[in-house]
Amino acid sequence: MTSEIEAAVAEAFREEWGQVVATLIGMTGDWDLAEECAQDAFALALQRWPRDGVPRRPGAWLTTAARNRATDRLRREAVGAAKLREVAAMHHDLEPSGDGVDDSGVPDDRLRLMFTCCHPALGLESQVALTLRTLAGLTTAEIARAFLVGEQTMSKRLVRAKQKIRHAEIPYRVPPAHLLPERTPAVLAVLYLLFNEGYSAAAGADLVRQSLSAEAIRLARVLARLMPDEPEAIGLLALMLLHDARRDARLDDSGDLVTLEDQDRGRWDFVEIAEGVALLDGALRRGRPGPYQVQAAIAACHATATDASDTDWTQVAALYGQLARLAPSPVVELNRAVAVGMADGPAAGLELVETLRASGTLTGYHLLPATRADLLRRLGRDAEAAAAYREALELVATDTERRYLHRRLAETTDRSSC
Amino acid sequence: MKYMLLICGDEAAAAHAQDGCGGWDEEMQRRGVLQGAAGLRPPTDATTVRVREDKVLLSDGPFAETKEQVGGFCLIECADLDEAIEVASKHPAASYGAIEIRPLLPA
Repeated sequence: MTSEIEAAVAEAFREEWGQVVATLIGMTGDWDLAEECAQDAFALALQRWPRDGVPRRPGAWLTTAARNRATDRLRREAVGAAKLREVAAMHHDLEPSGDGVDDSGVPDDRLRLMFTCCHPALGLESQVALTLRTLAGLTTAEIARAFLVGEQTMSKRLVRAKQKIRHAEIPYRVPPAHLLPERTPAVLAVLYLLFNEGYSAAAGADLVRQSLSAEAIRLARVLARLMPDEPEAIGLLALMLLHDARRDARLDDSGDLVTLEDQDRGRWDFVEIAEGVALLDGALRRGRPGPYQVQAAIAACHATATDASDTDWTQVAALYGQLARLAPSPVVELNRAVAVGMADGPAAGLELVETLRASGTLTGYHLLPATRADLLRRLGRDAEAAAAYREALELVATDTERRYLHRRLAETTDRSSC
Repeated sequence: MKYMLLICGDEAAAAHAQDGCGGWDEEMQRRGVLQGAAGLRPPTDATTVRVREDKVLLSDGPFAETKEQVGGFCLIECADLDEAIEVASKHPAASYGAIEIRPLLPA
């Protein structure tokens, strides 16, 4: 077989797997059967495409192959008789259920599948695993490796989740409009979690783990296309792209984290940044801002600045204020304090940090004393800064951050002893 | 699809035992969802039965000593889990206790 055909099948797998599985679940209601028939369809493609050539619409070809396979299998099983009638009926009635239809007229059931995988009656870990298996086509072994659990554990998790969907009758549908405001955030949260798992994977980490952010971006693109009226879906895609653009500059040669301030901006991916900014602009024009759009706007402020000092910190501080109103959290408030410290000077930032400190909500979080220490250092209050750096060192968990804090501590103690 | 709603709560929830359902049962009967329901006397009135090696073993109290206990149940018939969640979330006990939704095995 030529490598060209192999590449075409691999490409089709990445692009079409989720849609083939989603369509088959829609037809048969049987998740395992759907996965198996999708697998068979790709195996058939590997046999046929070298002989017949790559079909003009690989997705439609694969869906048809998988559907034929499902019909064959159900015909052979007595218990499948009722299901078979449904599938046969579906044959004539390939109407989409309010979801998108792509150019080839194949109904796109992926949105139904996303909402079902991310149904809040399933645990978050199950939601994530199901999404990767059914929509992204990762194997159970790959998902287990990506989340550092045993393959058996992951297999059980997937089996249980599919059982619950079947037994508790979690509906296979895009929720009605009145449920969308509470259900859409769950889908967005799963995709963002996937992205962050991949993004935070160390350079030496398993490649499967590193690929999670690419899968998340791929799924976010699908979601943004299928929910064109949901600016938060577009905001999430923009946010992912704007972070991903900085991927290569984030680690130095020894694998240490490089802070945004010190990153080599020449290594950022400006094509990704431009796409992220354009998407974000489109989303913001809808006039319905949400946490992902605002976070993307913050990322855009950083991504479009020529260097750290050129960053529009006033704008960043205002955006963190907006984020704190949309999704209040003490961590957001701490980030706002950092931005205010850059925009209005360290004294203004410190005031916010002291309020947070008094509230006790971030006790034990190393970035609270670390942020406080940085602001005190900039104010020349070196002895207090040194004490705060020491406090942060007691709490810090990663070596990279520990090295950073030690460096800063050394600077302040040098200065205060002069 | 049939589901059992197990109405759960801690001791404080017992104070609501005589509250009634604030129109919930009437609404659900009208919708054809509610097939049966009852409140239960407290776990202190419970007797738990186990048969081990042909011997009937009794214990005073509920089968599990947990803070939250089942205080009542409703049998409902719904289109799917989303409808069951909607029905359960409207039950007054959901706002002070907890409601466990358990799908029934097919008859």
